[in-house]
Amino acid sequence: MALAVELRQVVKHYRRGKEMVEVLSGLDLAVPEGEFLAIMGPSGSGKTTVLNLIGGLDRANSGSVTVCGERIDSLNGAGLARWRSRHVGFIFQFYNLMPGLSAERNVELPLLLTHLSRAERKAHVDIALEVVGLSDRRRHKPSELSGGQQQRIAIARALVADPTLLICDEPTGDLDRQTADEILVLLQTLNRRQGKTIVMVTHDQKAADYASRQVHVDKGMLIAPEDRP
Amino acid sequence: MLRGALTITLLNLAEIPKRIGASLVVVIGIAGVVGVLISVLAMADGFLNTMERTGRPDRAIVLRGGSNSELASTLARDATLAIMDGPGVKADDSGHAIASAEMVAIVELPLRQSGTAANVTLRGVGPAAFRLRPDIRIVAGRTFKPGLREVIVGKNAMTQFSGIDPGSRVALRDSEWTVVGVFDSDDSHGSEIMADVDTLSAAYRRTLFQSVTVLLDSPDRFDAFKSALEHDPRLSVEVVREPAYYARLSEQLGRILTFVAYTVGGIMALGALFGALNTMYSAVSSRSVEIATLRALGFGAGAILISVFTEAVLLSLLGAVIGAAAAWAFFNGNAVNSLGGNFTQVVFHLRVSAGLVATGILWAVVIGLLGGLFPALRAVRRPVVDALRGAV
Repeated sequence: MALAVELRQVVKHYRRGKEMVEVLSGLDLAVPEGEFLAIMGPSGSGKTTVLNLIGGLDRANSGSVTVCGERIDSLNGAGLARWRSRHVGFIFQFYNLMPGLSAERNVELPLLLTHLSRAERKAHVDIALEVVGLSDRRRHKPSELSGGQQQRIAIARALVADPTLLICDEPTGDLDRQTADEILVLLQTLNRRQGKTIVMVTHDQKAADYASRQVHVDKGMLIAPEDRP
Repeated sequence: MLRGALTITLLNLAEIPKRIGASLVVVIGIAGVVGVLISVLAMADGFLNTMERTGRPDRAIVLRGGSNSELASTLARDATLAIMDGPGVKADDSGHAIASAEMVAIVELPLRQSGTAANVTLRGVGPAAFRLRPDIRIVAGRTFKPGLREVIVGKNAMTQFSGIDPGSRVALRDSEWTVVGVFDSDDSHGSEIMADVDTLSAAYRRTLFQSVTVLLDSPDRFDAFKSALEHDPRLSVEVVREPAYYARLSEQLGRILTFVAYTVGGIMALGALFGALNTMYSAVSSRSVEIATLRALGFGAGAILISVFTEAVLLSLLGAVIGAAAAWAFFNGNAVNSLGGNFTQVVFHLRVSAGLVATGILWAVVIGLLGGLFPALRAVRRPVVDALRGAV
């Protein structure tokens, strides 16, 4: 099966004051198309950095990052922004919805970067809201929705432009168990029925259990299951 | 990109009520800058406009050679007769030159508003003065009679100075003169007092005149008239087209007012600029996660830049409109007086023109753009991952 994500010998370090902190030390990772991958690891292990590199939000210091068939480590800022709008849907822990926009306008946001007409955008938004089961909440502002509903709107926003890859950063970290399970079932359904490749970072083992594969990151390296403490 | 920029701008504008205090700093600051700038420029504009209106291209004023103004000029009676006989001077039906040999003096009168004394031009005019200047109209009473100690006062002078209402008696030199009429004139003569030149000269014990103003057959006769007079060995005179003479008198004050407008406006603009910077920094900072989310979704730097600029410019424009409206409401058409070219007061009306409003708006836009520039750059330069975390 073709790879949706391929990281090779990726090194990433940050400057903290005068000190250089190496977060990833030659990390390799391959995610086949259609996989639901959970990346786990302790705080500061580098798992969010991996997610940011895959989503084109951050750049590696060395190594190659190939996502959806494109070497995104060689794209410039504008190219990377265009690439993200075409290929990636983001789901954040705190939903990151625009408080001033209604649910449907939030969902519509990625479509504003396309050439779709208003009617076409509305049709896409209707489908995305139906997928997440919130068609009846379309005119509500985020502050009028529960946490679970907000995350569903965020998922609809991530889906609406039909990206190949969904990037989820602790998508259930702010939700109670029951709501978290509903969200994870939704993600699992999107993976299984629509074939979306999903890369999810989580601390939560129960959340990770919804994924088709789990990897662990520790001290900037992927840890094989047999090496885990 | 424009659709994205529009969406982000609308988002930003929707958030303004939450930041109303900071946004008002920009609006009020810029309203102050534009209001002051327009008001002072309106003063310069009104003054220059009044002076520019004084004079017609087919009228020439003759002064003693080397004199900058009438007050510094003296012409003997025979010289004035030679000037009136110059080529191209228009004659009336009875063959008399339409020209006026004039005496100019300064009188001190109390200002109505403050009571302090200020200089007013007292002009002695010849019998042809009203044919020479048909724009001077008697609006109350009558004109003076030669041989009697009577004066007429300009309407603008009457509004600014006390003691010269019709029927009043004004002390000029050693005697009292009666105000018998009021005249209106859209130009600087409207700030003057006029009397018969021979009666006035006798009272002031003068034998010399200050200037001769002549009406020419046509504007293009000026060069011949000037050449003839300036080459006449009996005369030592300077011949100036009337509009050029008054433009020369107003040049310095106009320049000073314009300088003051731009200096004061510039200093205030600097303050408003810092206000705009502060507001836009706080606006960008309070929305850093939203901006980072939009960038993560694929909105480019251009859309973010445009949205921040647009917000800053819209706030500035609102300030400009308020400032311009305040300047117009409080000052447009107001009569003020200032020292003119003859060391006398010229009364003129402030003029808030469309051009000045455009200048104010241009300033506001520049302040808005500069005020938005650095916050906008900060918004797009900040790493998305840092902004998403809400890290500083």
